[in-house]
Amino acid sequence: MSFLTILFAALFYFATAVILFGLGYKIWQYATTPAPLKIPVMPAPITKSGVVLRMAEEVVLFKSLFRSNKWIWIFGWMFHFALLLVLMRHLRYFQEPVWWWVNLVQPFGKYAGYAMVIGLVGLFVRRITVARVRYISAPSDYLMLLMLIFIGLSGLMMKYISHTDIVAVKAFFLGLMRFDIQPLPGDTPLIIHLSLVVTLMLIFPFSKLLHVPGIFFSPTRYQVDNARKKRHIAPWAVKLDATRKS
Amino acid sequence: MADFETPELKDYVEVPLPQIGVMESDGPFIAKPDHQEALGFPGELVDDWENVAVNKLADLTKRYKGLRVFLDSCVKCGACTDKCHYYLGTTDAKNMPVARQDLLRSVYRYYHTPAGKILSKFGAEKLIGARKLTEDVINEWYNYFHQCSQCRRCSVFCPYGIDTAEVSMAAREVLDHIGVGQKYCNEIIGKVYKIGNNLGLPEPALADTLEGLEEEIEEDTGVAVKLPLNQKGKDILLVTPSADFFAEPHVDGLIGYAKVFHQAGLSWTISSHASEAGNFGMFIGSYENMQRVSMRIREAAIELGVKRIVFGECGHAWRIAYSFLNTLVGPFDFLDPNYPVPQHILEVTHDLIQSGKLDIDASENDHMTLTFHDSCNVARATRMGPKPGGQFTIPREVIKAVCNNFYDMPDGTINDATYCCGGGGGLLTDDLMEIRVKGAMPRMQALKTVVEENGVTHMAAICAICKSQFSKVIPYYGFTMDQIVSVHQLVGDALTWDNFEKVDTGADDVASDSNEQE
Repeated sequence: MSFLTILFAALFYFATAVILFGLGYKIWQYATTPAPLKIPVMPAPITKSGVVLRMAEEVVLFKSLFRSNKWIWIFGWMFHFALLLVLMRHLRYFQEPVWWWVNLVQPFGKYAGYAMVIGLVGLFVRRITVARVRYISAPSDYLMLLMLIFIGLSGLMMKYISHTDIVAVKAFFLGLMRFDIQPLPGDTPLIIHLSLVVTLMLIFPFSKLLHVPGIFFSPTRYQVDNARKKRHIAPWAVKLDATRKS
Repeated sequence: MADFETPELKDYVEVPLPQIGVMESDGPFIAKPDHQEALGFPGELVDDWENVAVNKLADLTKRYKGLRVFLDSCVKCGACTDKCHYYLGTTDAKNMPVARQDLLRSVYRYYHTPAGKILSKFGAEKLIGARKLTEDVINEWYNYFHQCSQCRRCSVFCPYGIDTAEVSMAAREVLDHIGVGQKYCNEIIGKVYKIGNNLGLPEPALADTLEGLEEEIEEDTGVAVKLPLNQKGKDILLVTPSADFFAEPHVDGLIGYAKVFHQAGLSWTISSHASEAGNFGMFIGSYENMQRVSMRIREAAIELGVKRIVFGECGHAWRIAYSFLNTLVGPFDFLDPNYPVPQHILEVTHDLIQSGKLDIDASENDHMTLTFHDSCNVARATRMGPKPGGQFTIPREVIKAVCNNFYDMPDGTINDATYCCGGGGGLLTDDLMEIRVKGAMPRMQALKTVVEENGVTHMAAICAICKSQFSKVIPYYGFTMDQIVSVHQLVGDALTWDNFEKVDTGADDVASDSNEQE
């Protein structure tokens, strides 16, 4: 067993634990932090099913962003939707036999890699060229985009230029899942690809990538407009309530 | 005072390049110790302000889900950067919503995120835009969080609904807790506790004012329309911003409510104990003060034995009334369950118009061509009527029922995309004139469009702050202050009195123009 194999096996176990526990903790934190007052941005749905629809429009179509800025929407939506296809396609490396719908996604997933990189490059160019966006960008904002771009490029490289031994890669990941570690090929694009993916997993729960769980807990979007009908007392506000005179 | 240039109105609002430091200043006047202490805050800057501020910020992220999620989730996409009226009007980079949030987010990241805590050990906090809390940062917060009117326009356009208003409120709450409060807001809240309203109008003066208005209405209409004060056993408690008692054009709105109640035969009263709809506790982000201010309304309703509560025209007051009142000081199970608690005066008037209970002659307003300014808080933080969006349709339907000439301002400047008047959120003070004038630019731009294209002569508003702010800043843009009207002024002026019993004074049929007062 090579050092490389052991190193990446360890890294992936560690990164998986970090992203699972880290995100789990943040989701628990968001779910349990009280929202003491009703602050949906109006007009808001007056039923729960209305909220599900509103949230779906935001998560699937990026509706508010579409209203806001067509360029960010085009690049942002392209990147996210392509990433979804790419991730779905990657499921094949973690299962045997491969699920039918993962096979169905396969041909789209291949081209989605391009769309993903194009979307990311578009966002990166905007970040550099639009003065307003440049002003609000920290180094980490650029690095995050670069990291994703290089994940995409190294992936595309393995697919179309310098093929890696994908059968061995799959054996490595299936082995990780079964706690039976198999050798990992040592091609440079693969090592770059996997190193960046590990990094992404590690910083996910500690960075702005928290927008992924965050949107589902955003009171301005998930709350039902029913404040005149229902009271919403946060646990900490109950104590204040108890001191009321009437 | 006016050592700034009023922005030029072009054909449309151009998105400016961000400039550094245009609006840098010491901010509005700082609250005096007695203003602070009346609200339960330290009188002046506390010794260990850094710790107190950092801990208060942590406390707030534990108390408010919104704040926590908003501070974590922003990806700096830039969607909000051209949405704030203060940025468009001032060009100051820190008035871009995300940049304003980052003033606080940077400190949150430094002290309260694992990434910030680790990176700062190596002096690498800048990598993620984190920074230590210093005196300069405090000053920056004080200045720029008092250049936000908490209007929520940015939140409409944010892909995650991040609401700068919530961040602004949190920042002001932190500042209050280290002893750096804003004089305007905190002094006013103190007046509410002491006297019952923002303007410090005591009961005898209020009674006098209402009596004067009764005489004025009687002169105009010949009908004895009453404005009752502290009368027990009436059906409706009217809670209205105290500016309605004497400021122009607010008072014409109050006259309008009284006329509507009279024509509909509704029994109502004002309370001197709750003679203020406004609640500046929201502006400073203080749940405790907001609850305490709201409590007067509950107490007045119980004491006077009313069956319904109706709010007058006021933007942030309606937000607190509609969205928070039930939570803060409910339940209102002692009121008539057939009516929502509370109701907006426009909901009442709209229902009465629909059911034909008012005698209307819309041609009374033919000398005007109207447009309507959606107040930010009403548009984006409340509703009217049973359906979402009623806050947009109900005021317009009421205006169209009492005015023959109405045009909306351009899309993107009305409904939920409305621009704030520039004076909301605790900024309606003379020491903030520059930001108020500049922040009004996008609204003035939209007004100019309908003035030129549709011959609009007047803009109707449903908020005491909007009305005061516009009356003050509109001359900077070449309009005149009498071009701002209350919606219920339009209603009141269109009502006809042939079917009502006249008082026998011989003064029939007098024109219904009210006195112009400066």
